[in-house]
Amino acid sequence: MTAAIADVASGVSVLASRVTVDGRAHGELLAPAVSAVLDQAGAGPSDLAAVVAGVGPGPFTGLRVGLVTAVAMTQALGIPAYGVCSLDGLGRGTSGRVLVATDARRKEVYWAVYADGTRVEGPGVAKPADLSVSVDRAVGDGALRYADVLGLPVDEEPRYPSPAALAARAARRVRMKAPGEALTPLYLRRPDAVIPGERKPALR
Amino acid sequence: MKTEPLVLGIETSCDETGVGIVRGYTLLADALASSVDEHARYGGVVPEVASRAHLEAMAPTVDRALADAGVTLSDVDAIAVTAGPGLAGALLVGVAAAKAYALAAGKPLYGVNHLAAHVAVDTLEHGPLPEPAVALLVSGGHSSLLRVDDLTGGVVPLGATIDDAAGEAFDKVARVLGLPFPGGPPIDRAAREGSITIPFPRGLTGPRDLAEHRFDFSFSGLKTAVARWVEARERAGEPVPVNDVAASFQEAVCDVLTAKAVAACQEHGVQTLVVGGGVAANSRLRALAEERAAKAGITVRVPRPKLCTDNGAMVAALGSRLVSAGIAPGKLDLPADSAMPITMVTT
Repeated sequence: MTAAIADVASGVSVLASRVTVDGRAHGELLAPAVSAVLDQAGAGPSDLAAVVAGVGPGPFTGLRVGLVTAVAMTQALGIPAYGVCSLDGLGRGTSGRVLVATDARRKEVYWAVYADGTRVEGPGVAKPADLSVSVDRAVGDGALRYADVLGLPVDEEPRYPSPAALAARAARRVRMKAPGEALTPLYLRRPDAVIPGERKPALR
Repeated sequence: MKTEPLVLGIETSCDETGVGIVRGYTLLADALASSVDEHARYGGVVPEVASRAHLEAMAPTVDRALADAGVTLSDVDAIAVTAGPGLAGALLVGVAAAKAYALAAGKPLYGVNHLAAHVAVDTLEHGPLPEPAVALLVSGGHSSLLRVDDLTGGVVPLGATIDDAAGEAFDKVARVLGLPFPGGPPIDRAAREGSITIPFPRGLTGPRDLAEHRFDFSFSGLKTAVARWVEARERAGEPVPVNDVAASFQEAVCDVLTAKAVAACQEHGVQTLVVGGGVAANSRLRALAEERAAKAGITVRVPRPKLCTDNGAMVAALGSRLVSAGIAPGKLDLPADSAMPITMVTT
């Protein structure tokens, strides 16, 4: 979970950030983190020019908390929301051909391929063994977790999307005052649900 | 002149995204988006489907409520949200949204109990609640009897279902009878065309049960009894009298619910019975509650059906009571609690 205040007037400078790495979402802690970084940056909600949100892919529950927080704040403040593919927070700033992979649970990864920092394939969700991509190396916690299967050199850092990279990905839109966007989550998976078949007999 | 508090309420504990706006006891807006049609093919609410729908519906539903009430977010005195009980992932969407609105607009935030909100909504229709009251709350997720000494902080659980919720039994029996989901409305309609001809069991009404489970309910055995009865007819190659089965099943549910609710009022010396939750939209439950309470000299308050099912107005109604009572708001880190106990009216 990441909350950060960045000044993007010229360049990208992160004024305050909170990054919590915890698989168990703890979604209720995002708003307090936003409040804390605003305080730390000496700013109030009305000072915000825009909200940039990672639209996934990522664990659904935490993803929804992030998006609904961004949607509600921008609605209340009358400012634009911009979406950024969460994997870009890892892929941006890399050089060469790089596989970005984060843990998707169920022995799968969320992945994308970057060429000199620009996403050229993905995002997708796959079993690490099924990935056939032509890259030099890999980054991300999913790549570290499945380094053996991937058979690629894996950078130790960064493991998680950086606030600066996410802000940078939307900085141009913020400066141009581009129209706000509908934040559409990249779930990449259908809900687990089965249509019931014949009802089970109550009589034996 | 002191004006009544203007409260915006958000409800996302199941499959309805509800946003209501209330001033004091007056309902100003009750905007609702439902994902029920998306769940119908699965025969029940799929939590992930519900959560996805809440995210999509949140901002438009808030916009609609504000427009209907003719107010802006900055006019609002407080924001209230269902913190539990309910589906964990679904609750979290509403709680996160409410926090973001509260933070951005600089408003106090109340995390409230869904069941207490089902009681509070009645004040929008019938005014201040005489306390103490007994509340019978019946829906797809809950079947509870509560004694309400103080709506803003003194709710005592008297009993609850020990297995299926009443609404769940309606859904399952509807499936057995080939009726659509959710099962409440089609069973109610079918029952009106049928007769009460089959003596289905009344759970937890035997002498021993009445000692151990005085005000508890059980609907699992009833559901199975209906299924066995229907299957026996099918196997014998006889037609299933759907309307009569619906009427007999519905009577078994409503009989137990109303008998125990009236008994609870009598034993606790309470004059007012509030009935709420989605099953309170059932026409037989409303009629039988009226009839039995009248005989016992008890006043029944049942909100109109649209306020019985999940909605945002009920959350706003409870928020309004909490603000008026001077209860302190919650903090920005308040949790969504899927098993929030009824003894906790607000977080």
